[in-house]
Amino acid sequence: MSSRKSKSNNIIHAECLSQVQRILRERFCHQIPHTNLFGVQVQYKHLIELLKRTAIHGESNSVLIIGPRGSGKTMLINHALKELMDIEVVSENILQVHLNGLLQINDKIALKEITRQLSLENVVGDKVFGSFAENLSFLLEALKKGDRTSSCPVIFILDEFDLFAHHKNQTLLYNLFDISQSAQTPVAVIGLTCRLDILELLEKRVKSRFSHRQIHLMNSFGFPQYVKIFKEQLLLPEEFSDKHFAEKWNENVQCLSEDRSVREVLQRHFNISKNLRSLHTLLMLALTRVTVSHPFLTAADLMEANQLCSMDSKANIVHGLSVLEICLIIAMKHLNDIYEEEPFNFQMVYNEFQKFVQRKAHSVYNFEKPVVMKAFEHLQQLELIKPLERTSANSQREYQLMKLLLDNTQIMNALQKYPNCPTDVRQWATSSLSWL
Amino acid sequence: MAPYHTRQKIRQTYSWVGRPLLDRKLHHRMYTEICVKIEGCSTPMHIQVGQFVLIEGDDDENPYVAKLIELFEDDFELHSKKRARVQWFVRFSEVPAHKQRLLGRKPDAQEIFWYDYPACDSNISAETIIGPVQVVALAPDEVIPVDLKNEKIFFVKLSWNEKKFRPLSPELFAELEKLQESSPKCQKSVEAMTKNIESPAWTTTEQVVKRIESSHSASKSRQTPTHPVVPTARKRLELGSLGFPRTPNTKISQPTSRASLDSSGRTKRKVNFSETTSQTKRSHLYRSEMSSPALKTPEKTGKVQPFCAKDDKKVSPKCCMILRTRVPALKTTQINEERTLTPVKGGQRPSVPSVVLKPENIKKREAKEPETQNQATTTSHRIRRRSSLLTLNRIRQQLRVLENNKSDQEEEEFLPTAEVSDSSSEEEEASTPALSRRNTRCMSRNLQPFLKPSMQTPSKTPKKMAKSRTPRCATPQIRSRNLAAPEPASMLEEARLRLHVSAVPESLPCREQEFQDIYSFVESKLLDRTGGCMYISGVPGTGKTATVHEVIRCLQQAAQANDVPPFQYIEVNGMKLTEPHQVYVQILQKLTGQKATANHAAKLLAKRFCASASPQETTVLLVDELDLLWTHKQDVMYNLFDWPTHKEAQLVVLTIANTMDLPERIMMNRVSSRLGLTRMSFQPYTHSQLQQILGSRLKHLKAFEDDAIQLVARKVAALSGDARRCLDICRRATEICEFSHQKPDSPGLVTVAHLMEAIDEMFSSSYITAIKNSSVLEQGFLRAILAEFHRSGLEEATLQQIYSQHVALCMMEGLPYPTMSETMAVCSRLGSCRLLLVEPSRNDLLLRVRLNVSQDDVLYALKEE
Repeated sequence: MSSRKSKSNNIIHAECLSQVQRILRERFCHQIPHTNLFGVQVQYKHLIELLKRTAIHGESNSVLIIGPRGSGKTMLINHALKELMDIEVVSENILQVHLNGLLQINDKIALKEITRQLSLENVVGDKVFGSFAENLSFLLEALKKGDRTSSCPVIFILDEFDLFAHHKNQTLLYNLFDISQSAQTPVAVIGLTCRLDILELLEKRVKSRFSHRQIHLMNSFGFPQYVKIFKEQLLLPEEFSDKHFAEKWNENVQCLSEDRSVREVLQRHFNISKNLRSLHTLLMLALTRVTVSHPFLTAADLMEANQLCSMDSKANIVHGLSVLEICLIIAMKHLNDIYEEEPFNFQMVYNEFQKFVQRKAHSVYNFEKPVVMKAFEHLQQLELIKPLERTSANSQREYQLMKLLLDNTQIMNALQKYPNCPTDVRQWATSSLSWL
Repeated sequence: MAPYHTRQKIRQTYSWVGRPLLDRKLHHRMYTEICVKIEGCSTPMHIQVGQFVLIEGDDDENPYVAKLIELFEDDFELHSKKRARVQWFVRFSEVPAHKQRLLGRKPDAQEIFWYDYPACDSNISAETIIGPVQVVALAPDEVIPVDLKNEKIFFVKLSWNEKKFRPLSPELFAELEKLQESSPKCQKSVEAMTKNIESPAWTTTEQVVKRIESSHSASKSRQTPTHPVVPTARKRLELGSLGFPRTPNTKISQPTSRASLDSSGRTKRKVNFSETTSQTKRSHLYRSEMSSPALKTPEKTGKVQPFCAKDDKKVSPKCCMILRTRVPALKTTQINEERTLTPVKGGQRPSVPSVVLKPENIKKREAKEPETQNQATTTSHRIRRRSSLLTLNRIRQQLRVLENNKSDQEEEEFLPTAEVSDSSSEEEEASTPALSRRNTRCMSRNLQPFLKPSMQTPSKTPKKMAKSRTPRCATPQIRSRNLAAPEPASMLEEARLRLHVSAVPESLPCREQEFQDIYSFVESKLLDRTGGCMYISGVPGTGKTATVHEVIRCLQQAAQANDVPPFQYIEVNGMKLTEPHQVYVQILQKLTGQKATANHAAKLLAKRFCASASPQETTVLLVDELDLLWTHKQDVMYNLFDWPTHKEAQLVVLTIANTMDLPERIMMNRVSSRLGLTRMSFQPYTHSQLQQILGSRLKHLKAFEDDAIQLVARKVAALSGDARRCLDICRRATEICEFSHQKPDSPGLVTVAHLMEAIDEMFSSSYITAIKNSSVLEQGFLRAILAEFHRSGLEEATLQQIYSQHVALCMMEGLPYPTMSETMAVCSRLGSCRLLLVEPSRNDLLLRVRLNVSQDDVLYALKEE
């Protein structure tokens, strides 16, 4: 009886949990415009007013939204557009064009894309007809015909705006900004970029036509707000199906946010990056640990996730190396110490290794030179060492100059955690002179 | 307007009053008065020359309004010998919709406009006159008197010339004023105006058309000349029924015998008008001309056939086959489609008519016809049936061919000229979509076979293929909004509107001298009928392009007033081209409307500018952003500057670029020598000039404090002297002002503080804020960089060096030091913001890092905390 009851409980939990996972994953992975904006209300107001003026009054504008990656530029514009489209007067009266500098890598593609998205009359289906020059003059003609009061405003959103500045002659930007500064179809040109020096990239004529409006998103929030964001990201919405479970979950989240170790984890994470996206990664990792048997997040989950986040990727590789390879890396470290970061070649490393094996080592077998060479090449494949020049076929591999891509601290940390590391090797690593 | 509804059902008889005055030249008998007797009404209406009349039109509710200028009898008109010449007025609703806003205000219900468009046909059948009406002329600023607001009185304040509304000229105004009191007969000015347009070149063309027309109406049964419906005067559209007399029983063989050259004086004029006007009219003319035989009996088609047979030589035999088989069927639309397949000329668009040809279209049009057309005979020449129309086109072409063969070579010579003016008028037409919709096409098609290749109509059909699936004739147009933009509500909004760079001011302050120089340069070239080049330089935002536009606008006005010879204006922008050679394509397209590849266009232009000896009007070419036209061989620039040196070219080239020494720097000697030394440089605006510009824009609008304006002017003058910047700052300041005042109804003035905020926002460097807002680790990394720079004394360090510094710093402060991966992430984050300049991260530990900000700035930003 009791087992059946717990079983049915489990089923309910499983359903709830799968829902929780779905909701939260959507929140973390998709850039859903949140209901709350964190610390960007001023910027948001600026943007939405500007968009409204374009949409309602037909005033042309241009603006750049600048902020580091993950600071919520796209979120801001999406949020603004969503609000704009909710206004009844506007939703019918507006055209949107979304471009991305990573997709539209030159003006030709960008023009076709614009024409397609505006669905002008030289578009049939999804195909845009005409040559580059024809498309340009067609589009310009189309935009030129409009006027402030009667034509439908167009909102251009240029993601990765800085990449557009690298197009030849900046033709597209010139024309977009020119339209925004002349009595043609009303447009709002909104550029999103993470580069602070974006204005220096613009050609002087393009720059003159740009209105110099900049909206900066700087992640300018403090830790208390960060914790609040953390909480809001995890809270389940009101309309969650199982009210009881949601209540319990939210209670748990509230507890978590007050937990000391959790706050420590968050503080550490916050110190590394204020980026909300990295918070999402952390929460995502923690969320994967939620199962039927472990239905609520705990501080331990977060700590685990944090450890995963801050893992050094190279240290992980070192953990998987053989003892011989470890020995080679230690030899390289010593060479670096002795010759002050000068590049080395295989022969030098082999000699260093030989010295160690002959004088001191008891646990390490003296391998043949070709075997050591193989291990050396494996390190190169793992990109733990890097040749200074490109490998050519006829060069002697033994004498090719190499550089180690591991820092001393990394090596020492990795060695400490290295499973079953022979003591003499460890000793050798601490001091290059210990074998004397 | 009840009286007009019933009009058509009431029989009216028109009779002359008084003795005729014979006009020997035109073979007319002139009258001064006409008497209209309406059935069932005892008192006849007397209408005198000089009176304002209502004229039957498309819309029974709103008949056309016109002033009667002449009444005469013309024997060569077929169905209506009583003719009248009128000066048209247009109602506001007749103005094309997209031009209506040019008026800038809401028109009064009774307001009409003097139709100052000489190309419009003014010759109508006198029997279309409905009755007299009263028209009162008012000064432009006068309000319409309330007591006169009854429907029978119209007011005229402005004239409309298809381009803009203008106030009535004083003479005209006086004349109209005078007319109000009495009804004098002084229409000389108007007559002179209409006569001006005539040119002898048209006469022959017209005769051809006329003759063909007469042949078409051959086997058609005649309608009574006094029929009230037929000769409706359609002043804009349907000239056909007026322009072409239908001579009864003319045989097809007759046309060749030239229907009395001397006698057709007046019809000549009509065709002149229709030829010179936009295609709308022309095509209508053909259409209605074509439409007459729509219901012809098969015996007629029998006559058609011989011509078709001859057609074989010219056109594809397939077409002819179809003609022969399909014509009797009459309803088929097939002919049309087939016809487009014939290899008439390369420039034709495929499948153009497919949309228009749908039977329901025809039906619709039929349905639109007034139901009064119950008599079969009259209906016949009103229904516009595509198929028959095209058949007739074909026949007409054939006739032309025949006639041309008949040694009348002069006609061939004139046709192309006709087309030249036509293509230009079509360009105008491109902006007049409202009425013309479906008419343009058949016209251009008709004439195409007769054109020299260089004179073809533009292959792009303007503004009509709304549903077309063919992208080649697509209309460049953004869809219009459903809801018009509201007018500015508050003073700040108004100010913002005026401060927008796009708002074109009435005059350009502070550029008077430059304006004068450019104006006199272009004017002198126009007057001398020579060519020349001018180079204009100046940093961005100093009003170069705006000044040239202003000059051109003034010159165009002067040309309209006949102060300078007319000229054609073309504008190209180097930045709006994908490639320098595309400039030829653009120039050619704007000049003649043709499309060609760059190479071909270059050849055609060279031919036009260097070879053609025929006197033509001067071309003014504005080349903006000249430096973009640089090619390795510099052939584009060379050509642009070489053409004006030819005497026949009559080309004035104005070039604009930013750098003063562009000719010396990038041009070869032979190019810069052709450019000549006519140079002008626009200096950046000084603060007082900027102040003046702002002042002129904000005239009578107290939105800014005086100090604020001065501040922004000085700031911008010190920075760049870019007027755009100045305007943008002010615009932003109005927004800030609006935000800062919570109550929207009393926003108050824009103060210095607002402007300072706007300036800070636009020009302050964001690096320091970015550093301040970066995370602890990022700040630590920057510190480590500074430490490493300090240690090495270099401005560059590898990531490894910085990392060890970073670790050391962290250890010193007792903080947990970051892992390498985290540091890498931090480095690339800072690199993506361009706080740091970093090498690609595949170099891993060895990638070199530099600061993109000065070390002092970083120190400052880090210390602030």
